[in-house]
Amino acid sequence: MFKILKYSFFDLTRSRWLYIYGAFYFLLTVSLLWLGGGLSKAIISLMNIILVLAPLIATMFGVMYYYNSREFTELLLAQPIRRSHIFFGQYLGVACSLAISLLLGVGLPFVLYGIFNSAEIWNFSMLLLVGLFLSFIFSAIAFFIALRNENRIKGFGLAILVWLFFAVIYDGLFLLALSLFSDYPLESFAIGASLFNPIDLSRILILLKLDISALMGYTGAVIQNFMGTLLGMACSLGVLVLWVVLPAWGIKWVAVRKDF
Amino acid sequence: MITIEKLQKSFGKLEVLKGISLEFQRPGITAILGPNGSGKTTLIKSILGMALPDKGRICFQGEDIKGGWAYRRQIDYLPQIARFPENLAVKELLRMIQDLRGGQPDAERLIRLFALEGYLDKRLGTLSGGTRQKVNLVLSLMYDSPLLILDEPTSGLDPLAMLHLKELLRQEKERGKYILITTHIMSFVEEVADEVVFLLEGHIHFQGSLRELKEKYAASSLERAIASILQEGKLAFSSNGHGEKAAKLVLGG
Repeated sequence: MFKILKYSFFDLTRSRWLYIYGAFYFLLTVSLLWLGGGLSKAIISLMNIILVLAPLIATMFGVMYYYNSREFTELLLAQPIRRSHIFFGQYLGVACSLAISLLLGVGLPFVLYGIFNSAEIWNFSMLLLVGLFLSFIFSAIAFFIALRNENRIKGFGLAILVWLFFAVIYDGLFLLALSLFSDYPLESFAIGASLFNPIDLSRILILLKLDISALMGYTGAVIQNFMGTLLGMACSLGVLVLWVVLPAWGIKWVAVRKDF
Repeated sequence: MITIEKLQKSFGKLEVLKGISLEFQRPGITAILGPNGSGKTTLIKSILGMALPDKGRICFQGEDIKGGWAYRRQIDYLPQIARFPENLAVKELLRMIQDLRGGQPDAERLIRLFALEGYLDKRLGTLSGGTRQKVNLVLSLMYDSPLLILDEPTSGLDPLAMLHLKELLRQEKERGKYILITTHIMSFVEEVADEVVFLLEGHIHFQGSLRELKEKYAASSLERAIASILQEGKLAFSSNGHGEKAAKLVLGG
């Protein structure tokens, strides 16, 4: 599996898009830090961007890589290698290369700015952690969708739709539900509903860490109220781990049942 | 070596293999013949575990291959369409497969045989179809496995390379290997094959030696014998017209 991870990783490092992605983060972070004024402001601005962009890029990379490496996959399938190792290797190759782009693109400017001497270090770490989680989650979902759909256009469309759902539509439906049923106690519904969306969950995690109640929104306030900051954070992290494990398990499930 | 019992496979509504039982118990070259779409490649992919049977089972050296992967160490496979990662150079591809599979392959000899020395640094995407097929051959023949499966090994090869291929196959056969080949070139079959399996519409229509095939259909050449099988098939499948189509595909092409 690690050999396949290695080859997928090196294959991806030849792709220009990975560098463009990293460079975009780098420039963005530099300008937010030096032109925007201060660490905490930069972290909040970056949060809003990473929460949307990291899932989108992970989705697109996952789908594209799967379809573009079909030849490689076919070659591997006839070799004495476990099927699940082939696909896990490729998935981890994509996820790791995205993670490294994010780490370097966002991390370097912060290190240069002197994050290690600042009290914001933990908030910043949380931001990076969440970004990494989102990369792993959405590339796994993308891989799962691509594996299930032989038709590229359909696979691509579906994956983008899933991203759109979690990034945009979900919040809309959530707010709609809250306003429609505002006469009822909705705390547990709110907690439950946000667990089902990794992007929402990530937002809550960062905001809990930043401790900015004004930006928390309804769910964040409820979660903080009910669980307390530490427990809430532990639960949310646990659910994020589940969000990685479930699609990865799905990849395996489809991979061992598929005809090539 | 391989025992196949009542193998069934369909893709969606299309039934490709309709209960195939086969045995390969003696070393030598077996040609799997049949018109396009008769299930040759599906049969091969089932043996490799790439297509998963709906019903029936396949045993390799006495063990059910279901869910297994280590048995593929004993198989060298030449895929029908040589599709490689376009960005890799020939040398890198060879090194990669060697790294993934381990062991001590002998690529040098084959590279020299097919005169590929000049192409080692070229990217696979830039190679011509015939050269790709030669790379494909090197990749699949460089390991010394007891079972060789070649899906259309002759496609795109020039006469010289074809000659080398036949010579290679003869050598491998003499070393006691099991070799399965699919092809549409009947003269090639007549030259190299010991046994013939004829697939039509997902059924086996004939299995036996070349001589038996010719005797059974009282034909002077393999082509005529196959024409007779397809005639039979045409009668059997005249209701859906597939037999006629199949006959045209094989004989007209």
